[in-house]
Amino acid sequence: MTAEVHLQHIQKTFGGFKASNDVNLTIEKGRIIGLLGPSGSGKTTILRMIAGLETPDSGDIYIGGQRVNDIEPGKRGIGFVFQNYALFRYMTVRENIAFGLTIQKTPKKKIKERVDALTELVGLKDFGHRYPMQLSGGQRQRVAFARALAPEPELLLLDEPFAAIDAKVRKELRGWLRKAIHKLGITSIFVTHDQDEAVEVADDIVIVNRGHIEQTGTPVEIYQQPRTPFVADFIGEAVHVPDFTIFKGFENGRASGAHEGIIRPEFLEIGADDSEMRMPLASEDGTVRGVYFRGNSAEVDVEVKGQLLKGTRSLEKPPLHEGDTAKVFIHRIYSFAGGKTEILENRAKQIDSVII
Amino acid sequence: MQKEKGALGWALIGIAALFLLVMLVLPLVLVASEALAKGWQTYLRAITEPFAVKALYLTLEATVLAVISNTVFGLASAFLLTKFSFRGKSLIGSMIDLPFAISPVVAGLFFIMLFGRMSPLYPFLRAEHITIVFAVPGIILATVFVTFPFITRELVPVMEAQGRDEEEAAATFGASGWQIFRYVTLPNIKWALVYGVILCTARAMGEFGAVSVVSGHVRGKTNTLPLHIEILYNEYNFTAAFAVASILVILAVLILVLRNLAEGRAKRGESHDG
Repeated sequence: MTAEVHLQHIQKTFGGFKASNDVNLTIEKGRIIGLLGPSGSGKTTILRMIAGLETPDSGDIYIGGQRVNDIEPGKRGIGFVFQNYALFRYMTVRENIAFGLTIQKTPKKKIKERVDALTELVGLKDFGHRYPMQLSGGQRQRVAFARALAPEPELLLLDEPFAAIDAKVRKELRGWLRKAIHKLGITSIFVTHDQDEAVEVADDIVIVNRGHIEQTGTPVEIYQQPRTPFVADFIGEAVHVPDFTIFKGFENGRASGAHEGIIRPEFLEIGADDSEMRMPLASEDGTVRGVYFRGNSAEVDVEVKGQLLKGTRSLEKPPLHEGDTAKVFIHRIYSFAGGKTEILENRAKQIDSVII
Repeated sequence: MQKEKGALGWALIGIAALFLLVMLVLPLVLVASEALAKGWQTYLRAITEPFAVKALYLTLEATVLAVISNTVFGLASAFLLTKFSFRGKSLIGSMIDLPFAISPVVAGLFFIMLFGRMSPLYPFLRAEHITIVFAVPGIILATVFVTFPFITRELVPVMEAQGRDEEEAAATFGASGWQIFRYVTLPNIKWALVYGVILCTARAMGEFGAVSVVSGHVRGKTNTLPLHIEILYNEYNFTAAFAVASILVILAVLILVLRNLAEGRAKRGESHDG
C-alpha cells in the first residue's frame, strides 16, 4: 500500500516569518521525492505539515485522496524519520522498532515477526538489545528507518536523513536507502540541502525557495533546464556574470535590458595555450588566479575580461599555475535577460557545426 | 596538570580544609556531643518526648505533601515550559523562581494576609469552619510555597536539552498524550526528577521562616521540628534542643546519601543514552 500526496495552496507563517507561501505540489505513488533548498527555505515545514506536526494556516493536504488537515499525525498512515533520529533513548533497538505496533496493540507474536523482519532488513539483527547510544550514526539512522516502517505506513517522510552521518557512511547509506525504498515501493519524501544527495537518491527533485516551490522535475531536468534564476543559481556551482555580452560567442545575446547570466564550471574549457583548444579563435585570453587540487581534478579560477570564472581541469593535462596565461572557451551560459531563463550556446559552436 | 603540589596548592587545600572544619565538621560534632552530653538516657527521653514526636510527624507530613504537590506541579510546569511555545512563557518561568528570590518570612506573611483575620476571604473561611493560618494547612501551604521551584528547575534544563523530537516521534505513531508522557518523557527525565524530589525534601524538612510565621507555635499541634528546636533552645533546654536537632541532621545525611546515589545513577544513565 502506498499513497499519492497533494498539497494545495498551503500558507504557513511563524510569527512574522512566511515559511510556506502558496505551496502546490503533487507527488505520485511510489516515487522518491527530494525537497531541496537552502536552509530556511521552508522545506522541513512542508514535510512537517504533511506529517501533521505543524498545521497549515490555510490550504489543503491530501494523502491517498483523503484530506488530512484535521487528522492527527498518528492516523495519517505516515512514517517519519527525524533529522537526529529521535530514537527513544531508554528503549532498545527492538523496543524502538516495536513502539508503533505496541501503541496499535498489535498481538505480541506479530510484533516479534515484524521486528525480526525489519532488523534483518536494516542489517541490525545482532544489535536488537543495544540502546541507541551504543550504536554508530549510520546504525541509528537505520533503526530510525526501521522504526518508521514498522507500522507499514503508506508514506515515508525523512527530514535530512543523512545530515548527522560522516561523509563515507553517508554515501553508502544513500544507495542503501534508495534501494530499500524502491524495494518496498513506498512513496517517500525526504528533505535535504545537499544537491548530490537529492540527485543520487530522488526520482524527482522539488526545489524550494523562500516558502515557494521553484521547480519540480527529474534530476536531469532540474540540472539541464532550470526554469528560474534561483534554480540555475542553486543547482551546480554557479558564477554570476553581470553582462555576458562581453564574452566571445555571446556578443549579441538580447537587444535590450540587463544581460545577467550564470556560468557553471562544466561550461568552461580551460587550456594552457592555443594548441590545447579545439576552437582557439573563439577562445578568450585569461589569467589564472588560483589552482586548487580537488582529488580527481583541479579547480581553476581564471580571470577573463575582468570577470573571475571557475572551471576544472584534468590532472592529466600540463598543470597551470597562478599568474599563467590561459585560453578559455565558454560553451554555454544561462541567461536571465528579460526576466526569463534560457540557455545560450556559444555561437562559434553553431557556426562550426554548420560548416561541417 | 602538575604532579607536584606547590606551596600554593597546599595553601589552598589547607584553607579549604579549615573552612570545612569550622563550617561543617565542628557544628556536626558539636550537635552530637551536646545532644549526648547528659548520656543516652537523656537523649532518648528528649527525642521520644511527645511534643518532639508530634513535631517530627508534622514535619514529615508537611514534607510528604509538599513533595507530592510539587512533583505534580513541577512536572506539569516543566512540560509546559519546554514542550510548548506561547506568549508570556518567560514571565511564567520567572514567576516560578519567585520563592527562591523572596524571603520565606515574607512568604509566611502572604499567607497570613491571604487567609488570616484581615483577609476578605476570612468571613467565608470562618463560616465554612476552615482554618488555615496558625494550623496545619497553613504550614503545609507555606512549605509548598518555599519549595515549589526545586523540581521545575531540575527538570527544565534536562527537558530543554532533550528537545521534543522523541515526543513528536511518539506522536507520529499515534501515541496519546499520556502514553507519550509515560513511555517517552518520564523515562528520559527520571533521574532529574529524583534529584529534584530529594532537594525539595531537604528544603521542606528544614523550612523555618515561612512556617514560623504561619504556625502560631502551638506545641503538639503546629510545631514542626525546626520550630520545636527553637522553642527548646529559647527555654535553655540545650540538651533537648540538640537532641532533636540531631534527628534533622540524621535525616539530612540520609538525603545526602540518596542524592549522591541519584547523581551517580543520572551520570551513568547519561553516558549510556545522552
